[in-house]
Amino acid sequence: MRLRLVKQNTNFDFFKRWKLWLGISGLMMVVAFASFMIQGLNFGIDFRGGTTIRTESAQPVDIGVYRDAIAVLELGDVSITEVFDPTFEDDQNVAMIRIQAQDGQEAVTVDIISAVEAALQSVRPDIQFISVESVGPKVSGELIQTAVIAVVLAIGAVLIYIWLRFEWQFAAGAVLALVHDVILTIGVFSELQIRFDLAIIAALLTIVGYSLNDTVVVFDRVRENLRKYKKKPLAEVLNISINETLSRTFMTSVTTLLALIALFVLGGDVIRGFVFAMIWGVIVGTYSSIFVASAALLYLGVKRDWSKPDANAGNQYANIDA
Amino acid sequence: MLQIDLWKRITILLTCLAGLWLAMPNAFYTTVERHNDAVQAIELGATTAENEAQRAEWPEWLPSGLVNLGLDLRGGAHLLAEVKVEDVYASRMDAYWPEIRDALRPERPTIGTIRLQPSPSDEVHVRISQPEGMPRALEVVRGLARPIQTLTGVGANDIEVRAEGDLLIVTLSEAEKLASDERTVQQSLEIIRRRIDEVGTREPTIQRQGTDRILIQVPGIGSAAELKEIIGTTAQLTFNPVVSRGSDENANPGIGNKLVPSLDEPGAFYTIEAAPVVTGEELVDAQPAFDQNGRPAVNFRFNTSGARKFGDYTAENIGSPFAIVLDDEVVSAPTIQSHIPGGSGIITGRFTVEESTNLAILLRAGALPAGLEFLEERTIGPELGQDSIDAGKIATIVAFVAVLVFMFLSYGLFGVFANVALIINIGLIFGLLSMIGGTLTLPGIAGIVLTVGMAVDANVLVFERIREELKSAKGPARAIELGYEKALSAILDANITTFITAVILFAMGSGPVRGFAITLGLGILTSVFTAIFVTRLMIVIWFERKRPKKIEV
Repeated sequence: MRLRLVKQNTNFDFFKRWKLWLGISGLMMVVAFASFMIQGLNFGIDFRGGTTIRTESAQPVDIGVYRDAIAVLELGDVSITEVFDPTFEDDQNVAMIRIQAQDGQEAVTVDIISAVEAALQSVRPDIQFISVESVGPKVSGELIQTAVIAVVLAIGAVLIYIWLRFEWQFAAGAVLALVHDVILTIGVFSELQIRFDLAIIAALLTIVGYSLNDTVVVFDRVRENLRKYKKKPLAEVLNISINETLSRTFMTSVTTLLALIALFVLGGDVIRGFVFAMIWGVIVGTYSSIFVASAALLYLGVKRDWSKPDANAGNQYANIDA
Repeated sequence: MLQIDLWKRITILLTCLAGLWLAMPNAFYTTVERHNDAVQAIELGATTAENEAQRAEWPEWLPSGLVNLGLDLRGGAHLLAEVKVEDVYASRMDAYWPEIRDALRPERPTIGTIRLQPSPSDEVHVRISQPEGMPRALEVVRGLARPIQTLTGVGANDIEVRAEGDLLIVTLSEAEKLASDERTVQQSLEIIRRRIDEVGTREPTIQRQGTDRILIQVPGIGSAAELKEIIGTTAQLTFNPVVSRGSDENANPGIGNKLVPSLDEPGAFYTIEAAPVVTGEELVDAQPAFDQNGRPAVNFRFNTSGARKFGDYTAENIGSPFAIVLDDEVVSAPTIQSHIPGGSGIITGRFTVEESTNLAILLRAGALPAGLEFLEERTIGPELGQDSIDAGKIATIVAFVAVLVFMFLSYGLFGVFANVALIINIGLIFGLLSMIGGTLTLPGIAGIVLTVGMAVDANVLVFERIREELKSAKGPARAIELGYEKALSAILDANITTFITAVILFAMGSGPVRGFAITLGLGILTSVFTAIFVTRLMIVIWFERKRPKKIEV
């Protein structure tokens, strides 16, 4: 007996309330955007400059003591957080200390770092500095710029590719879904105040890739079914296509999630934020390919005048064999 | 029909074997690494018994390429430095002043007296007392300009000369500035590389980034501060004529001169001419030595042009002092006793043996032509790297097993086929990474884990399609064939779009993010290959053997 996530021949009506779904998605995007505007992202030093120091000590982390030790140096905004992770040993007490970029200093100074290290050593003699990272404000400004360009470029490239392979309505639907995913992900990061650094941009782009992967598979089937059922209304064709690919959608999402959850739980705290972004992205991406991309397609309508008789005959990959 | 040509079968099989073969050394990482280090050491002449033994640990005929571990996994230091290219303009202009003075001197009857005026550091301002002689002065100074070779500006000169009233202004031309920037960065790159090599660490990365930045990554080094000490010391050595000596740190040195403190006499200041006679760039060798009193010193030797300049200067200035200036401090200011023709000399000062050895190394490696500003620095402790590797390994194994079990439960025998393909897939990723010398970073491990999850997607697409085709009651062979045929466009479209984002990430990202892009991109290539060719080959071979009337996917 085989494990089936989705029973055979499903016939869910995904579009009975498609306007409602689009509305909910729109509302969530507004909420996410508002959270981003009001709370803002908890940018890591990659994007706003400054220094982070990761410390490890056999004694428990006492944030108050650490803070008092550093306060005398007058370094402006200093944030200290204790890091917990199931992979840590019992006597492994880890803290992250973030110091803002110092005014008027383009480059990072060794003096400040060694002063902080000395101050901490005076209260915790056994403290170790596992990693020290500093980014100057000049570079961090550029990193934001490159990151935004990367995301925009990725979405643009994808828009063009889908436009070439499908119709513009498909491209618009897919990109709308992508924007939806990216905004919701940024919204979650802003709402939960998870540290947003360079790796999260990589995660965002992967989400773009994954969500697209999902959307394209559905669209590919829609294109095929549009040729097969010439007379059926668009909503019905979309529904059939989504139902037919539903089993695959779930299989892939579950395998990917299985892998990601393993990494989330066991992969250590350094990449946890990154993996969280991807898990969120897989869930949102799966949702959006059905309820955003396809609903948008329904809203935009598609050209039904497919003059090509067979689904694969006009397809440039039809004759590839191996 | 379900057919695959024999040559295709062999190609597929050979590709898989080649990938696994190349990936194999990574399974014995530490042994192979020791072997590689030993081979390198022996090549450099360190043929010790220990090195020989370590070389023998891994057979020569086996591949020895390894996946490089990124800084975040191995620990080490990362620096991003910006070369302050403008520094060079000032010293270029300083060096031009004596030339301009000497060229204008014979013209004094027409142009009157000439006087250096205060100016921005990248310009030279000269006032002449008879402005009507300006055209002649311009002509003479323009005669000093040297043509430069550029890609665009054929016939461009290195300096531009213009007049403003009685002021003659000399600046570097734009073309020369560009050429100078290029030289400065190249030179800095080379010098940093030499300095790091002198210390001798494993696989340092020293790369140029953009127009004026240099990225330096050194695995295994204790901290970024340590790395900065190795490369950050400028060791700018010059020999300047001494104007006077005093103890006032606020003394006005006068135009064209500068005031520098003494290295070992507190409170002593020298006024020296800003334009050096010779600079450390013209040194060909420097060695630690001892002077006649047995104190540590550094012996040096100039190249031919440096030796000539030094010789001429000492011949003309017997009896006057000159200063040996290191990084804007006077190391010593001996009086010239006699003409020194050979171009070699000795620097004495109150050095320890260690200091003289370091100074010799710095002088030999050459001075950085311009200052460095550090924009970004990261130190990752080796413990954190090891923790990340351990956590990554466990997570990857768990993810892998979970996916394997899940696939088997869902697709039975076909799931097993997909699982074998998945294992080959991971092997291929490591094989390719070793082959191209790619770097595995922590996000890179995440990329592999993500690939494990997504690699099955192509297979899932095919299997689901076969299930559908089976429903419409075609024979199993036809269903399998149609399944592959119809799933192909979805597989390609889906993977090409993800691949596009991987390429963009690779192009725009740096460091760990780039590592993620590499594994993701390679993972897409290998997973499409394994899904379309490898699983299919397995299914076809199984089908040919069993000829089942009925299949269950």
